[in-house]
Amino acid sequence: MPAVNAKVLPGFRLSLGYTMFYLSAIVLIPLGAVYARGVSLSWDEFWTIVSTPRAMAAYRLTFSASLLAAFLDALLGLLVAWVLVRYEFPGRRFFDALVDLPLALPTAVAGLVYASLYAPHGWFGQILVPRGIEGAYSRLGVVLVLTFTGFPFVVRTVQPVLASLDPEAEEAAATLGANRWHTFLRVILPQLWPALLTGLALSFARALGEYGSVVFVSGNIQFQTEIAPVLIVDQLESHSYAEASALALVLLVLSFVMLAVINFLERWRSGRGN
Amino acid sequence: MATETATTLRPPVPSPVRPGQKDPLFVRCLLIGAAMTVITLLILVPVIQVFTEAFSRGVPNYLSNVLGDRETLHAIGMTLVVAGWAVLANVIFGLAASWAIAHFHFRGRTLLLSLIDLPFTVSPVVAGLALVLLFGAHGYFGPWLIDHGVHILFAMPGLILATSFVTFPFIARELIPLMESLGPDEELAAVSLGASGWQTFWLVTIPNIRWGLLYGVILCTARAVGEFGAVNVITGRIAGQTDTLPLRVERLFQDSNMSGSFAVASVLTLLAVVSLVIKTYIERKKL
Repeated sequence: MPAVNAKVLPGFRLSLGYTMFYLSAIVLIPLGAVYARGVSLSWDEFWTIVSTPRAMAAYRLTFSASLLAAFLDALLGLLVAWVLVRYEFPGRRFFDALVDLPLALPTAVAGLVYASLYAPHGWFGQILVPRGIEGAYSRLGVVLVLTFTGFPFVVRTVQPVLASLDPEAEEAAATLGANRWHTFLRVILPQLWPALLTGLALSFARALGEYGSVVFVSGNIQFQTEIAPVLIVDQLESHSYAEASALALVLLVLSFVMLAVINFLERWRSGRGN
Repeated sequence: MATETATTLRPPVPSPVRPGQKDPLFVRCLLIGAAMTVITLLILVPVIQVFTEAFSRGVPNYLSNVLGDRETLHAIGMTLVVAGWAVLANVIFGLAASWAIAHFHFRGRTLLLSLIDLPFTVSPVVAGLALVLLFGAHGYFGPWLIDHGVHILFAMPGLILATSFVTFPFIARELIPLMESLGPDEELAAVSLGASGWQTFWLVTIPNIRWGLLYGVILCTARAVGEFGAVNVITGRIAGQTDTLPLRVERLFQDSNMSGSFAVASVLTLLAVVSLVIKTYIERKKL
C-alpha cells in the first residue's frame, strides 16, 4: 500500500529510515548474531548441548515455574482486578497504584528481598520454614518471585475490560433468575477470557526470560533450582560461547512463539470489540 | 493490529458507578480482604522489608553504606549516565517510530509493530549474550573494534546498548497508539498553512503528545535504572569499574554485606516508588 499522507506530510523517509536503522542496530543485528552462532553448529552438536540432563532440567524448571507463576497471576490478578473495579473501600487507590510496583522495582531488589523474607529467619520464613515450606533457595522461591514480577499484567489487562462491561447483561441475567455466581460464570467470565488469556501469556512470556530476581532466590543448584538463563550465564562465564548460543537459541525461539501468541490474542480481543 | 500491549498497561478510568456494591456484604468483605491480603503479602511487605533491613543498623550506618562507599557512589553515577543515554536513545526512536507508523501506511507496518515488541519477550540474558557474540574478543565485530581501540563490552557503550535493548519498546509503544488516536489532522493543517516539517513536529506534535511522552519516559527510566540480567552479562563482573546500582546490590549480597546490599536496594526502591507516584500523577492529568 502506498503511503497515505506522504505527499502532504513530510518526514516519512526520515522517520521510517531511522526507525529501521535503530531497530536493526539495537535488536535485529544482535539477535541475528545469536541465531547465526546457534545455527552454525551442526544439528548433532546443537542437540547434544540442549539435551544434556542439566540443560533439560533447567528448561523444565524455567517452563514449569513460569507456567505455574502465570496461572497464579491469572487467579490472583482476576481477584484483584475484580475488587479494584467493582468495590469501593478505603485505600482502593493506594492498592491500585501498588499493583504496578513490580514493573518499576528492579528485579534484583525483588530477588534480594524475597530471598530474605522467606529465609529461615525472615518475616515469612520463621513461620513457614518450621512447617516445612522452604520459600527461599528452592523451586517454590522461583515460582513466588516470578509471580511477583508477572503480577501487574493480568490485573492491568483484565481491569479495563471489567470496567467496560455492560451492566445490563448482568441485570438481565438477574431478572431471569440467575444468582450472582451463575451470572459471574455464564455472563461475566466469558467476556473476560480474551483479556485473562492475554494477561496470562504476558506474564508467562515475562517469566520465561526472567533472570535478575531468580538468581537471588533460587540458590542456583544444578538439576534442582537452576533456570535456563542462569545456565546460559554460567556457560558464558566459562567462555563456552557455542553452548551458550545453542541454549539461548531455544529461549529465543520460545520468545518468538510467545510474541506470536500474544499478537494472536490481542487481535482476537480487538475482534471482539474490546 | 491491537494497540494495547504489554508496555501500555495502565489502570482504566474509574467508573462512577460500582455495580458490585449490590453484592452481599459478606461477599464484598471476603473478596476485598482477600485482594488486600494478596497485594500486601506479594508487594507491600517486600517494600517495607527493604527499608527495615536497610535501616536495621541505624541511620548513620545507612548513610555510610550509601554515601560513604566510593564504589556505591560510582555505581549511582554509572546508573544515571547509562539510563540517561538509553532513555534519550529510546525517546528519539519512539518519536521517529510513532511518526512513521501512526501517520503513514506502508508495507510491513504490522510486522514492524511486532518487532518493536520483541525485546519484551526476549530474556535480558539473551540480549547480553548477543552483545558478547558481536563485540566480545571472539565476536563478529569485536576483534576489529578492539584493534582500533574501541571497547564496547566491559565499558559504557555496552551497558548503554544492553539497557537500550531491554527498554526498547517502552516509549514507542506509548506514543504509537496515542498518535494514532490523535490522527494527522492537526499536522496536516499546520503543513497546509505553510509550516515546515520540523516546525509542525515541535509546535504541533510535541505539545499534543507531551504527557504520553513523559509517561513513556518514566516507565523507560524505571526499567533502565533497574536492569540487571543484560548488564550483568556485559560487565563480566569486573569489580568497581562498570557496576551499576543493581549490580552493586548483587556484589554486596555475594560479599554477605546484607545491610550494605539492602541500603543500595533501598535507593532503587525509592526511585521505583517515586516513578510510580509520578506515573499515577500523569494518569490523573491525562484523563
